[in-house]
Amino acid sequence: MAEIGQIVDKVRSKNAGPFWVTIDIFCGSPEAFRRVSEGVSTERVAGLFRTDPAGMKRFDIPALNVVKFSLPRPQVQGTRFDRDMHGAAWAALVAEMDVN
Amino acid sequence: MTRVLVPSGALGLGYDADALERGLAARPDIIAIDGGSTDSGPSYLGRGVSKYSRASTKVEWRGLIEARARAGVPLVIGTAGTCGAGTAVDWLVEITREILTDLGQEATVAVLKSDQPGARVASALAEGRVTPLHPAPDISEALLAECSNIVALAGAEQIAAAIETGADIIIAGRTTDTAIIAALPLMRGDHAGAAWHGAKVGECGALCATNPQSGVILVEFDSESFTVTPLADGANATPHTVYAHMLYENSDPFILYEPGGHLDVTGADYAALDERRVRVTGSEWVPSPAYTVKLEGARRAGFQSVLLTLLRDRRYVENAEAWCADIVAKCRAKAQERLGLTEADYDLELRIIGRNATLGALENRTNGAVELGVMGLVTAKTPDMVDEIAKMLNPYLLHHPLTRDEEQPTFAFPFSPAEVERGEIYEFCLNHVMELRDPMEAFELTTLSLPHG
Repeated sequence: MAEIGQIVDKVRSKNAGPFWVTIDIFCGSPEAFRRVSEGVSTERVAGLFRTDPAGMKRFDIPALNVVKFSLPRPQVQGTRFDRDMHGAAWAALVAEMDVN
Repeated sequence: MTRVLVPSGALGLGYDADALERGLAARPDIIAIDGGSTDSGPSYLGRGVSKYSRASTKVEWRGLIEARARAGVPLVIGTAGTCGAGTAVDWLVEITREILTDLGQEATVAVLKSDQPGARVASALAEGRVTPLHPAPDISEALLAECSNIVALAGAEQIAAAIETGADIIIAGRTTDTAIIAALPLMRGDHAGAAWHGAKVGECGALCATNPQSGVILVEFDSESFTVTPLADGANATPHTVYAHMLYENSDPFILYEPGGHLDVTGADYAALDERRVRVTGSEWVPSPAYTVKLEGARRAGFQSVLLTLLRDRRYVENAEAWCADIVAKCRAKAQERLGLTEADYDLELRIIGRNATLGALENRTNGAVELGVMGLVTAKTPDMVDEIAKMLNPYLLHHPLTRDEEQPTFAFPFSPAEVERGEIYEFCLNHVMELRDPMEAFELTTLSLPHG
């Protein structure tokens, strides 16, 4: 077991417009890509964000060794309930997930 | 073959002057730069203002106006003044006038405005020409009337119309990030898939390369491909960096919707021409039957004040959640008793910085903090109401004791007054597209002769 952040190059999250957030896991190697792609279910990521996995998009891109998740923002960007205007901090939740 | 020189991802972020010189030596056909984004939040569209310093904007814009004159090619900026609302476009037009006066230059300037009166969108809504994207807030004529600004994202057609005026400088309101780069290659009959894909890769400047902050890149378009060349020292594009840029701020890295169709890069091939340049083939443009433009709107969402206090006493750090909950309850009771306000009239929230201020309920870690910040947010319909509630909250954040019998504590206010007025706040309230019968029907194109016209 290891934290995702410890076995990949970088986990990045950003707004994709005001209504979506996208999370890119740059695995850095085919081996790390395999561990993340096989070891992280969409349901687990949905659980972190308390969202419906059916409403998420997932892309496993071996050519880049990237696993990407997109989901509707937990709060629309910049409403009074939003805590992170650019959506970059959510990456930490994914980086701190355990993976086999 | 069309060469588009992109100085940086946004005017105001700076660009490498030596790299810009190299770009001019490569004989571009147009210089294109983005001026904005929604990424900094709804306040800029709400107020119709730029997020960047006027002085920085002027210095950088002057450099591009001089470069344009030397190259003898058009200069185009999209989403002028961060939000691309009419007032932000006018702001950049005024800066342009000052620069041309200072330089003793004359130039023709095409101004494209993307503002949408609420009534226009309301009629389109009534006619069934406004379609929600996912997820979209509910909209109504009343909500549209609450928007201080609504803009539509212009595509390549509107930028092409501006280029066709023969203007030296094109200052556009809200456009898609890609339209300003894709327009000229499309006008010249270069490959449509390559035009949009190259525009997407190029729209953030050198972010698609190593040394991403260096800004300047050249994108060359032809009948089947595009080639990206970063121009700063030490900046290289590789198949990986170019492909990976499709991930950036895109919820789908393969499909990109634009006015009039969508780009599909599923079959794209990224090939290194040398250690610095990448050529891309196989991108596909899929036209849509209807011509739609995306809408952005910012509605007025009340007024807000923010307060900050710091807890350093260990007992208060350990019991911060209970302390905050008690303050909120007491402050709400006081607002009810003295102002007659119920919870529905205003928002009062305390966020504990050092605990979960960033992620809120999604936070799943705890640690032992030495100190905590407590940020109070008060939001209400009028500035007076916000001011009254914030002033009621202030003494609690300064002196509220955990238990009734202890000596009155005092916490650290980092400044006086502890409450800071943020003024009127806004919310993005549109994630919709509007169908147009003609691409120009919702946009206004005018030409000026500056500095005197």
